Amino acid sequence: MSDAVLAVSDVHKHYEVGSGRNKGILKALDGVDLELRRGEILALVGESGSGKSTLAKILVGNAQATSGTVSVDSAPVGTGRRGAATRRIQMVFQDPYSSLNPRITVGSMLGELLRFHRIVPRNQVRAESIRLLNTVGLEEDALTAYPSQFSGGQRQRLAIARALAPRPDVLIADEPVSALDVSVQATILDLFARLQRDLGLSILFVAHNLAVVQHLSQRIAVMYLGRIVEVADTAELFANPRHPYTRALIDSIPRMSAESVNDPFEVEGEPPSPINLPSGCRFSPRCPLATHECTVVDPALITVGDRHGAACIKAETLGPYALSVPMKEEQ
Amino acid sequence: MAPEPLLRVRELSIGLRRPGSDPVVLVEHANFEIAPGERFGIVGESGSGKSMTLRAVAGLLPKGVTVLSGTVEYAGRDLLTMPASKRRALMGPDIAMIFQEPMTALDPVMRVGEQIAEGPRRHLGLSRADAHALAIDMMRRTGIPDAERRARAFPHELSGGLRQRVMIAMALSCSPKVILADEPTTALDVTVQHQVLKLLERLCDELDAALVFVTHDLAVVNQTCRDLAVMYAGKIVERGPVKEVFAAPRHPYTKGLLDSAPDFDRPKRQLIPIPGFPPNLAAREPGCPFRPRCPFATPHCAAVEPPLEPVAPGRRSACFEIDRLIAEEVA
Repeated sequence: MSDAVLAVSDVHKHYEVGSGRNKGILKALDGVDLELRRGEILALVGESGSGKSTLAKILVGNAQATSGTVSVDSAPVGTGRRGAATRRIQMVFQDPYSSLNPRITVGSMLGELLRFHRIVPRNQVRAESIRLLNTVGLEEDALTAYPSQFSGGQRQRLAIARALAPRPDVLIADEPVSALDVSVQATILDLFARLQRDLGLSILFVAHNLAVVQHLSQRIAVMYLGRIVEVADTAELFANPRHPYTRALIDSIPRMSAESVNDPFEVEGEPPSPINLPSGCRFSPRCPLATHECTVVDPALITVGDRHGAACIKAETLGPYALSVPMKEEQ
Repeated sequence: MAPEPLLRVRELSIGLRRPGSDPVVLVEHANFEIAPGERFGIVGESGSGKSMTLRAVAGLLPKGVTVLSGTVEYAGRDLLTMPASKRRALMGPDIAMIFQEPMTALDPVMRVGEQIAEGPRRHLGLSRADAHALAIDMMRRTGIPDAERRARAFPHELSGGLRQRVMIAMALSCSPKVILADEPTTALDVTVQHQVLKLLERLCDELDAALVFVTHDLAVVNQTCRDLAVMYAGKIVERGPVKEVFAAPRHPYTKGLLDSAPDFDRPKRQLIPIPGFPPNLAAREPGCPFRPRCPFATPHCAAVEPPLEPVAPGRRSACFEIDRLIAEEVA
C-alpha cells in the first residue's frame, strides 16, 4: 500500500472567463500530480496565480476538478464528498480575521462542530472544546469570548482548533502565517510542527515565503502557472534545484545574514496569463536557459534524483550549486 | 565625514485625537536624519508607528491623526510650520512617496502615462508633449516593457509588478531628493520583489536621492538599506548600521525580532517567538514599553523609561540592561 494519504493525478481546473469575443479558458490547474505522504509536512510554494490555492481547495473538497482524480488513502473520491471524507481533511485559511464568524462565541463554534460530526457524546462537548483550546495553546476562558477579542495570532490558533475539532488526519493550510507579524509567526509555525509530531497529522502547507517553509516542511513542491515544476525533499531542493524557476525563486529570497547571492539567477518579467499559456514549456519566456526546443516541448515532471522530480528538459545541465552559505548540515 | 543631512526628523510625536481626553500617542520623540544618497530603513511590526512616521514626513497623516510636537526639516526648513501651499510645492520635485498598494494609490480612471506626466507638467512646467515623452522614458527606466503601449493602459490592465513600477516611475518623474517608500514590495511576489528592489536601489543611486524605507521584513531591509531604526510601540528603540545591528542587536526587542524570523541561511536554527503582546497605546504605562515581554526587565525598567542613548560609534539603544544582553550574547 502506498503511504500517500492524499493524492491528485492529472488534475485540471479550468474556469471560463470573459464573454463574447473576449471569452477564454483560464487554466488554473493544468495537469497536476502530487501526493501528500502520511505524517509529513509538504509545502506547496509558488507565486500568485500559480494555482496553489486552487489545488488546496480541490484537495479539501471545496472545489471540483474539471478532470483528473483525487484519492484519499488510494481510493478515488468523487463529486459531493460526504461523511468521513469531509471530516478527515480540514482547512486553515490565510486571514484569521475573515475566516471566523464574528457573531458566535468560540464555545459555540467548537461545540457545533463537535456535535455535528458526533465526535464526543453531548455531555463531553465542553470538556473536548477545552482540550482543543489547550492543544493550540489557549485557555478555557476563551470559550465565552468572541473572535474580535483575540489578536491575529490567537485567532489563527482558534482557526486551527476549529480545524482540529473533527479529528482530521490531514490539514490543508493556505498561507496560514502570511498575515501575521514576525514575532507571532514563529509561534504558529511551532504549533504546526507540534501537531505533526504529537498528533501524527499530515499537513499541506501552502506558502509563498521560502524561508518559512524551509524551517517547517520535509518536502517542497514548486508550482508555476498551474503545474508542479519541481518536487523534492526540502534540503535537496535548496541544495540541488533542478528547475530554473526554483533556482530563480531561491536566488530572489531576501537574505537576512548573508549578502545577496553572488551569481544570481535572474528572471525577467512576470508570469504570463494562465488564459494564454505559452507554447512548449510554460516557463520558457522568462527562462535564461531556454532554447528553441523549450518553446516546442512541454516538459513532463521526470525523476532527476532520489525522491526528486523536475519538469525541465535542461534539468541535467543545472548542477548542484553552492549557496553563499553552505547548507550541508542536514539530518 | 558624513555629508550634511537632507531630511532631519527631531523629537517627532504623533497622536490620534480623542474627544474629551488626551490624544493617543502613536509615535513618541522619534529622531533620525538622512543625507543625500543614503538609504535608511524603519522596521517594526503592526502598530509600531513606522508608517505613521513616514506619513507625517510626507504630510499624509490619516484624518484625526496629527503631529503633536517636533520638527521635520527638509534642507533646513521645517515642513510642519511652512504654509501648506509651499509644502505641497515640495511634494513631487523634492519629496516623493511610494505606497504599498499601487491599486489604491493610482487613479483607476486615468491612463498611467497621463498620471506619470501630471507631476512633471505641474512642477517642472513641461509641455504636454515633453511631459508625455518624460513619462515614457521613466517607464522604460523602471523596466516596463513596451512602454509606449503600456502608457495608454489603465491601472487595472496591468499586473501587480507593472503597477508598482508605474508608481515608482510616477514618484521619481520629477527627480526628487527624498524618496519615502512604505512597504513598496510587500504586495509583490518574490521574483518581482527582487526586480523592484534592485530597480529602486539603482534609481536612488542615479538621482543621488535619500531613501526612507519602511518595512516589516528584516531581510528586505538588510538587502536595501545601510542604516535602520527599529520601532516598538511608537518609539525608536534601536538605531544603527543594519549589518552591525543584525550581527549584535543592542535592544532585547531587536534581538527578539531577529530570533523569531526564519533566516534562509540558517535553516536548522530554532525560532524563538517573543512572548506576550505589544502594549495598548491608549493606556500607556510608565517605564519601558517592551518591559512586560522582556527577559531582561528589572523593577527599574517599570519605573523609568530608558532614553535612546549611544552604545557604540554610530549606534543607539533605549535599554538599561544592555550589559546583561551582551553578557548573554558572549555566553
